[in-house]
Amino acid sequence: MADEIMLLDWWSSMFGMRVRIALVEKGLKYESREEDLNNKSPLLLEMNPVHTKIPVLIHNGKPICESPIIVEYIDEVWKDKSPLLPTDPYQRAHARFWADYIDNKIFQLGGKIWTRKGEDQEAAKKELMECLKILEGELGEKPFFGGENFGFVDVSLVTFSCWFYAYESFGNFSIEAECPKLIAWTKRCLQKSSVSSSLPDPLKIHDFVVQLRKKFGIE
Amino acid sequence: MANSSVADQEGQVMLLGFWFSPFVKRVEWALKFKGIEYDFVEEDSTNKSALLLNSNPIHKRVPVLIHSGNPIAESLVIIEYIDETWKQSPILPEEPYERAMARFWASFIEQKVTEPTRAALFSQGEQQEKKVKEIKEAMEVVEGEAKAKLNDKTLFFGGGNGVGYVDIVLGWTCNWMETIEEVGGFKVLDPESQPQFHKWMANFREVPFIKPTLEPKEKLVEFFRMVRQDRLGLVANE
Repeated sequence: MADEIMLLDWWSSMFGMRVRIALVEKGLKYESREEDLNNKSPLLLEMNPVHTKIPVLIHNGKPICESPIIVEYIDEVWKDKSPLLPTDPYQRAHARFWADYIDNKIFQLGGKIWTRKGEDQEAAKKELMECLKILEGELGEKPFFGGENFGFVDVSLVTFSCWFYAYESFGNFSIEAECPKLIAWTKRCLQKSSVSSSLPDPLKIHDFVVQLRKKFGIE
Repeated sequence: MANSSVADQEGQVMLLGFWFSPFVKRVEWALKFKGIEYDFVEEDSTNKSALLLNSNPIHKRVPVLIHSGNPIAESLVIIEYIDETWKQSPILPEEPYERAMARFWASFIEQKVTEPTRAALFSQGEQQEKKVKEIKEAMEVVEGEAKAKLNDKTLFFGGGNGVGYVDIVLGWTCNWMETIEEVGGFKVLDPESQPQFHKWMANFREVPFIKPTLEPKEKLVEFFRMVRQDRLGLVANE
């Protein structure tokens, strides 16, 4: 029986993008459904009653929620192609540690940069740059966080790269100036079709943030 | 490469921790569940060792598991590492969808119960009220899940009579929740509206390898009262 895969998604979500990348890496066909986050579908509410958030992967009718969990699930079910996690337990732990670090830092800090002003914004900028520098250090001289191959940590972080331009514009700073190796890594990732086909244009994200700021009265 | 985990099972296992930390206790439960021998190193929270700071330079906190000299940090990451390295007494389910469900509930517990409880411990007034409301809402979801999954034959989320990942992740509530309620001056536990959860807590406390590890409540209350006062800068007699 052919697998039925549906992804409940939202175009600008870094978390949804992670799942898109994983699905393409594994060569999987899937139906993508764009949710209206201001008017969530009955399907979303049924499939993720606890959080009512996207992304939700629905595999043969069964829902999986939370992007890192979805990506691990995809990696475990379709394990014969493009493995995203290494096989060695210590290296897997290492990858999960960094994915967890990314999840706890980047989204909140990035969000503060385009929603706050003054001291709050400055503090968020400083902390974001510290985190990105730490991540750049972890990358080191490797082509990818996964080593020779694109892996779990790469998937977790690269989806924020299309939001960098927005962060930089509203925060008035340059990520490339302080983390050139990290930006080089994002360009390397974008050469992969799984990444380039899953990430929207940073200019589109920027315009979207302009609209959100108007909507929330941030000026 | 394929045989590395077999060889590694013989390597020395060290756990850096604090006696009072629920995050550390979880890792101990995972180790004990699998019958793994380990050395516990009691860290001083006011004076962290060079070993701890070097093993976890990013977060500088416990628990840290050091296995054959290799450090692993973050309690949930450590538990999955333990489960993947030592194959006896599996903690996570085998089947990918069941694993995803176990991880989902672990993540929910951390985000919606554990973190807000920590925040409620270290706050007061309106800020604390907000966190308490969050915890209560999350406990409704936990009770719902307990009602759906547990019964007279299935005592634990791990299925049947055996504890599993979700039990180990949620397990801190059976001891620390009452402590933090008392110290923080709020209530989120309610036997009337959370009967299944309370049954689960009672059963968890009695699990033979769990029971001896639970610290006496008075000891925890005294310690956390001091920690809360310290953090909030409260006068001792308040």
